[in-house]
Order: sequence, then structure tokens, then C-alpha cells
Amino acid sequence: MSGNNERSIWVMQGNEACSVGAVAAGVDFFAGYPITPSSEIAEFMARHLPLIGGRFIQMEDEIGSIAAIIGASLAGARSMTATSGPGFSLMQENLGLACLAEIPCVIVNVQRAGPSTGLPTQPAQGDVMQTRWGTHGDHAIIALAPATVLECIELTARCVSLSEEFRTPVVLLMDEVIGHMRESVEVPAPGSYKVHSRPHPRDEQEDYQPFCGGLSGIPPMAHFGGPHRFHVTGLTHDERGFPTMVPEEVDRKIRGIVGKIEDRADDLAMNEETMTDDCEVLLFAYGSSARVAKASLRVLRERGLKAGLLRVKTIWPFSGKRLRELAPQLRSIIVPEMNLGQLVTEVERAVAGVVPVRHFGRVDGHLFEPDQITDFVLEEIAS
Amino acid sequence: MSQAIERARTYLKPHKKLPTVWCAGCGLGIIMGSLTRVMSGMGLEKNKTATISGIGCTGRLPTYIDTNTLHTTHGRALGFATGVKLANPELTVVTAMGDGDAVAIGGNHFIHACRRNIDITAIVANNCIYGMTGGQYSPTTPHGKRGTTAPYGNVEYEFDIVSLAAGAGATFVARTSVYHVRELDKILERAIRHPGFSVVEVVSNCYTSYGRLNKFSGPVDMFKWMKESAVTVKQAADMSPEQLKGKFIRGVHVERDQPEFIEVYDKLAEELTTDSSVVNQNLRATIESYQRLGNRLKARIE
Repeated sequence: MSGNNERSIWVMQGNEACSVGAVAAGVDFFAGYPITPSSEIAEFMARHLPLIGGRFIQMEDEIGSIAAIIGASLAGARSMTATSGPGFSLMQENLGLACLAEIPCVIVNVQRAGPSTGLPTQPAQGDVMQTRWGTHGDHAIIALAPATVLECIELTARCVSLSEEFRTPVVLLMDEVIGHMRESVEVPAPGSYKVHSRPHPRDEQEDYQPFCGGLSGIPPMAHFGGPHRFHVTGLTHDERGFPTMVPEEVDRKIRGIVGKIEDRADDLAMNEETMTDDCEVLLFAYGSSARVAKASLRVLRERGLKAGLLRVKTIWPFSGKRLRELAPQLRSIIVPEMNLGQLVTEVERAVAGVVPVRHFGRVDGHLFEPDQITDFVLEEIAS
Repeated sequence: MSQAIERARTYLKPHKKLPTVWCAGCGLGIIMGSLTRVMSGMGLEKNKTATISGIGCTGRLPTYIDTNTLHTTHGRALGFATGVKLANPELTVVTAMGDGDAVAIGGNHFIHACRRNIDITAIVANNCIYGMTGGQYSPTTPHGKRGTTAPYGNVEYEFDIVSLAAGAGATFVARTSVYHVRELDKILERAIRHPGFSVVEVVSNCYTSYGRLNKFSGPVDMFKWMKESAVTVKQAADMSPEQLKGKFIRGVHVERDQPEFIEVYDKLAEELTTDSSVVNQNLRATIESYQRLGNRLKARIE
């Protein structure tokens, strides 16, 4: 090592790192309800927010928690909640309101094995599709998945930034392994993450229209208590925010909340690639599964197999661009997930039959072991 | 008088077209009228006021009020209001909910809001029925009365919203009706001025969904029922349970001082942060716990 004493290395847990990232990105309001394996985030916020001028509240359930963070955001706060599967299920209805009413907020889901109460202390990646489609009706969502403790800081800050920039709820999809794992992180210098603020209307602007984004734009957002007063509703609404049933207005609204995110899917894509230059077999993974996939690469290469890894940090909106670029050189894509096949369906859609895609799922409440992935890949290639 | 009405009218959104979505004879217009009179009488700054609702006929009320307005999901008005108030305590926050909204689907939020004592005013328009969905029985439909889902009479027993709020710890609890309009104005103002969580149950009438099913001949008949069934808190004090059967007790039931949530929270935060050693201690303890582990690691890798 360089022995540079200036470097400040800390060891912390993924959940703590997520909290650090939130505070670093200016989150000043947190509402939550205790649930394993995410409670450390609420505990951190309860302890630190009053010391730095923010406010924390423990609500009566997860429905109240997400309601409170949406309300706080409308009143100008940068707000966040954290939960796990059962709580995330309870949040779905209000998540939809935040999508439709275009209210920024961050929801952290430290995934545990489900369905139902499932295995509260064990990891899974079973909420990928719930994140995308859990609330009713057409909408789009942004979701990021960290694979390291440092990324818990970085991507939480990024979630805050994206929620503000796009006026939309953003989900940080962690899992129990990432949340409870302790790792060394080199502490980022203050201000090292650029965090966007929501677009504001000018104070003196007359006839402020809070929902005038059209088919792909992000309208400026005033806040309750500021110079503009406005109406917000979970009913489908026009540019002013009033309920409408005019087909053209309804159509524009729904296409608008989808378009403002899906139209930018390629720009929002954050990937990490390992040995993809010459790879013939591509492992496609995210979160803790991607850590194991990375470990199996070395063995696969030793066995003479040209394997590479595409790890996505942006789960939603899904961008198939990089997959399509790599497809011509690939013999096979293998997707290890701690579920029975969720994001793999998007991979299949992206390559559209050009390359065979195989899913490798584990749903017994445990993370993959490197040998498992190695053996699966070798068997697949042999067959 | 007409000047007061004109002033009150300015608290209705200018570009929101009337009439309202409510049926002819509905009590909700009276509640909205009262709220606009109270808001204008108090001179509430429109930009510093938020009117928040859930779903149902009452949920539509904020749409017409010329303040910041938020029409949320069914039962969750108080959750949203909690966030709004905590993020910006200088706002006056008023929520309007129906009986189903407040004490059925939103019952959990309701009792906890009462317990927390955040400075929010909760108006519960109680018409004893789910009006917008067509007359299903609600948690306040009296035992034996009819709803479309209680076609032979309600098997369940009703909630007493005032007792519920008082039992849950609300620091201001009152009840009146859309018949007792002057009292409604006075009580609403007192509730908004009350520094803590206040509950105002307003007994209202839904002729369309409740009245027709329960043998009222029209909205006027329902107002007569309100007039005849209401007894004041003072009168009720001298009445036996037998005499009180079928009556509702109007007036202020609870009004007491208890430090408000945000006041307590901020005071605590101020104490913590004025004494910079406490902040430093806490933040340092966090940082050091991470660093200690980090240093151990650093020693190993260097």
C-alpha cells in the first residue's frame, strides 16, 4: 500500500453507509417503521437528523411512512424511508401517488426472502419486479442496486439526486447481504457527489403550472409554503393539477410520467464491466449476486473459458443497449439471481433470441457460492 | 354579513368551476362554507396553509379551497399531513376526512395522530355511510341502520369518534353538526388555533346514500333529525345513559394543554445542538466507531 496517511478508511455496514449517503446528499427528513433487515437505517437517522437540523419520525406503519415522506417532500424537504419486502408491499399504493403526482422521494428496500414474512434475516432479490410493477397502473420507476458498501453511499446519494432531477420516487434496491455486510470504504470528501435540486419555478412567475412536463419533460416544482400555492391529487390531472377525464389530457399525463424516465433509460444506465472485451460467455448480475459472479470469473478464465461480467447498477429503467452491443460476440448469457427469474426476462427481451439466455436462480435464503456459479456455467457450456 | 361572505368566497379557488361534485342537499358544502369563513376570518395566509384530504366525497373538499391542497390516497391524509407539517411547521395544516376515510381505512393513522399531538386540525365529516361508492355501511353506521352492504340492518356496532379521539390522547376534541353552523364556525376556529392535534367531528348528512335507505324523506328531514338528536355537553352532563340513547353530544369534549410534538422535538434538538459537545460527542462517536475498525484494517494492509 502507499501508506498515505491522508486517506481515511472506515469500516461500516451497508445500511449505515446508505444512511451516510443520504445525509451527505442532503436528506433532512426520514419517516420509517422498524423492519428487519433495514432497521439500522432508521436508527442512524433517528440519532443523527436532530443533530444536523433535520427531523425523524417513526410512523405507525409503512403506509404512514411513505405518506409522510411524500408530504415532507411537497413541503420542500429531501425525504427518505427504508424498509424491506413486507413494508415495501404496503407502500405500493402511495408509491404510485408519488409517481403520478411527480413528487421526489427515496425508498430504500433492503430485500429479504419472501413472499409474505418469508425469511426476515436472509437475503433475496425477489422484489425486482415488484419495484417495477408493484403499484397499479402504467408508470415508470428508477431503481438502483449497490453491490458494495461504498456503493451504498454513492448510490443512495445518486437516488436522492435522481429523485430531485426527475421529480419522481426512486428506489434503492439493496439486499440483506449488502445491508448487513461490513466493508472498508474510503470516505468520500465532502461535496464529492453532485446532487441535483428539483427544478424550481421562478418566484415571480404568474400562472404556475406544476404538471406541465408534456410527454417527456420534467416540470418545475414549487413547495407548500413557498410563493406558489397549488393542488396535488392522486387523480389523473391536467397541467394545473386538477382532475381530468379528457382523453387527450389523461393520455399525455400517463405517457409523460413514463416518457420522462424511459426515454432516458440509456443515459441513466450505470454498469460495471469485468473482462467483457473478449468474453464469449457473459454473466449478467446485480447486487450481492454480482459479487459472487465476479469471484467465479477467475476460475472460469483459469479453465480456459472466456467469461466476462456485466453488472448493472441501474435496474430500472432497464437499458438493453450494452447487452445488444455485446451480443454478437457472445455464445451465451447467464443470469444468476436470488429469485426464480425476474430481471432475466428483461435480458431476454433485450437480446431478442440473438444469444441464448439462461437463468440460474437460488431461493433458499442463501447467497450463491462462487463454485455454484462456476459449475453452472461450465455445465451449460458443455451441454 | 355579505362582506364576510365575499371574503370567505376568496378562499375558494378562482379557476375551479362550481358547482361541486356533491349531491344537492349534501352537508359537505356547509362544512366547506364554514371552513372558508373561518380561514378568512382568521386571515390565514393562503400560501402558508395546506388543506389535505383522503378519498371519498369529503376527499374532494380541498380541490375547491384556495390554499395549498393535497388530495391523497384513501385513509392516509394524516400520514401526508404529518410529513407536510414536520417539513414546514410554519404551515397551518387542516385535514378533511369522511368517517370511512378517518376511522376505517385510516383508523390506525387517526389514533396515532391523536397520540402524537402534532399541530394538525382533523375535520371528520361523519355521514355514517360510504357515500361516493353508493351507500355501503361504515364504522359509524349505527347498529340496525341500513346500507347497501347491510341490506337487513347493520349487524356491527358503531364507533364513537369523540371517545376514540379522546381515548387515543387528542388534546382537542369536539363535535357538532352541519345543522349547528354557528357552533361549527366557532369550533373550527378554536380547533385551528389549538396548538396540538385537534379533532372536529361534524355530523353530516348524506341523503342520497344514507337517507334514502333509512327512511328519511329528504335532506331537510335529516337536518331535523340533527336538530332533535343533538344535546350539548352541558345538557348531557345531567342526562342518564337511557336519556342519551340515540342522541349525539355536541360541543367541546376535550381541550387540554400538552406540549406539541414538533415543539418538543425541536427543543430537544436545540438542547443537543446548543451544547456542541453533545453533537460532537455523538457525531464523533459514530465517526470513531467506523474509524477504529478502519484503522485496524489499515494497520493490516499497510
